[in-house]
Amino acid sequence: MSERATSTGKAGMNLTLKIWRQNGSSDRGRMVTYEVKDVSPDMSFLEMLDVLNERLTLEGDDPVAFDHDCREGICGMCGMVINGVAHGEQRATTTCQLHMRHFEDGATVTIEPWRAAPFPVVKDLVVDRSAFDRIIQAGGFISVPAGSAPDAHAVPVPKDDADAAFDAATCIGCGACVAACPNGSASLFTAAKITHLGLLPQGQPERASRAKAMVEQMDAEGFGGCTNTGECTAVCPKGIPLDAIARMNADYLKTASK
Amino acid sequence: MAVTGAVLVLFLVGHMLGNLKAFLGADSFNHYAEWLRTVGSPALPNRTLLTIAEIGLVVAVVLHMWSAVSLARRAAKARPVKYAARVKPQAGGYATRTMRYGGVIILLFVIWHLLDLTFGVVNPKGGQATPYDRLVAGFAPDRWWVTVFYLVAMAMIGLHLRHGLWSALQTLGLAGRYKALKAGSTAVSAVLVVGFIAIPLAVMIGVVK
Repeated sequence: MSERATSTGKAGMNLTLKIWRQNGSSDRGRMVTYEVKDVSPDMSFLEMLDVLNERLTLEGDDPVAFDHDCREGICGMCGMVINGVAHGEQRATTTCQLHMRHFEDGATVTIEPWRAAPFPVVKDLVVDRSAFDRIIQAGGFISVPAGSAPDAHAVPVPKDDADAAFDAATCIGCGACVAACPNGSASLFTAAKITHLGLLPQGQPERASRAKAMVEQMDAEGFGGCTNTGECTAVCPKGIPLDAIARMNADYLKTASK
Repeated sequence: MAVTGAVLVLFLVGHMLGNLKAFLGADSFNHYAEWLRTVGSPALPNRTLLTIAEIGLVVAVVLHMWSAVSLARRAAKARPVKYAARVKPQAGGYATRTMRYGGVIILLFVIWHLLDLTFGVVNPKGGQATPYDRLVAGFAPDRWWVTVFYLVAMAMIGLHLRHGLWSALQTLGLAGRYKALKAGSTAVSAVLVVGFIAIPLAVMIGVVK
């Protein structure tokens, strides 16, 4: 990591990008090298790719496909493995919030999609994360019609539970946990959803069946098993803690023992 | 993984405490070895409880390895295309990354260990000598390489337990005091390793002879 440089005084950076190009799911795919010149240190990583794509379009080449939406770190769309780290080495940061000032001038940057069998590559850096949707559909909801928003103090929630539930609820479902896990496990994602609902009063009636259904769906999707390496929480842009996985296991074991 | 690991950890605790009898002299150590064979008699035939424990341990080891292999195979299936860039671990868990190959080293060690001190096949004194004599002969200064192998294996066991203990608690759903559980796992691993390496070192430097 270089010293933080500002746009003033630091000229544009030149980078060598090695990007995974794959033209559809049936293509085998390959790494392709591109040179980008005069990159501003104030650009976000995605803006840097935008600059590359503008050039590729003008040259008549196919622009690099990548997912993105809000570009302010809250939607969960963006995500790529940058130099072997999901969302890059900057902690608690989505790819869109990663800035080029964290890279050295002249550096080579490797950019790959999330790698997991349940996340097939759609094109280039875009992967299909519908597996996450199906895990949510299996039980990541509350069936009781809740009506309009109740008064905030109508159902008391202990402060610690409210905080832990909120921390878990910050999960944006980007999939970095799966990408970083040496086992390709989706445990942190699933556990975040189970924790978020399981700690609140509204989530209690379905707590046991939810854990069972979501864990079984997660396994059915072909994600690997959790060995508690902690890689997921280290790359999580929202810093979802590993405790969530223990809570998921506790809920799951309770149903399994019944 | 967690349940079989817990069985093996309980065994290690008992094994380590039993080993420390070596510091009380040959009679105490040999008597302890004899007691393991005769505990429960005359109500039970000799070796009844010992054989039950041995079968339990073999089953635990086999199931532990089976869990490890199936987890590794699931992991390989879940990521058929590897990353081109060298993946940089972000969690800093060195012990975590030794689990799979460390487990193999520990298995090889256990095989040697049984041949050496249980069956006496590779022990200078052979299988007929008293356990204490086999111990002292096995770690004699001129067999320093055996002692070095033991130390390396104990370091692997320490790393294995450092991650394994905490990981087992996590798998069994004991969340909450994350830091305390991790620190506790490290402390238990360290105590076990120190207890185990004390004896070969004591024999090598002549404190136990």
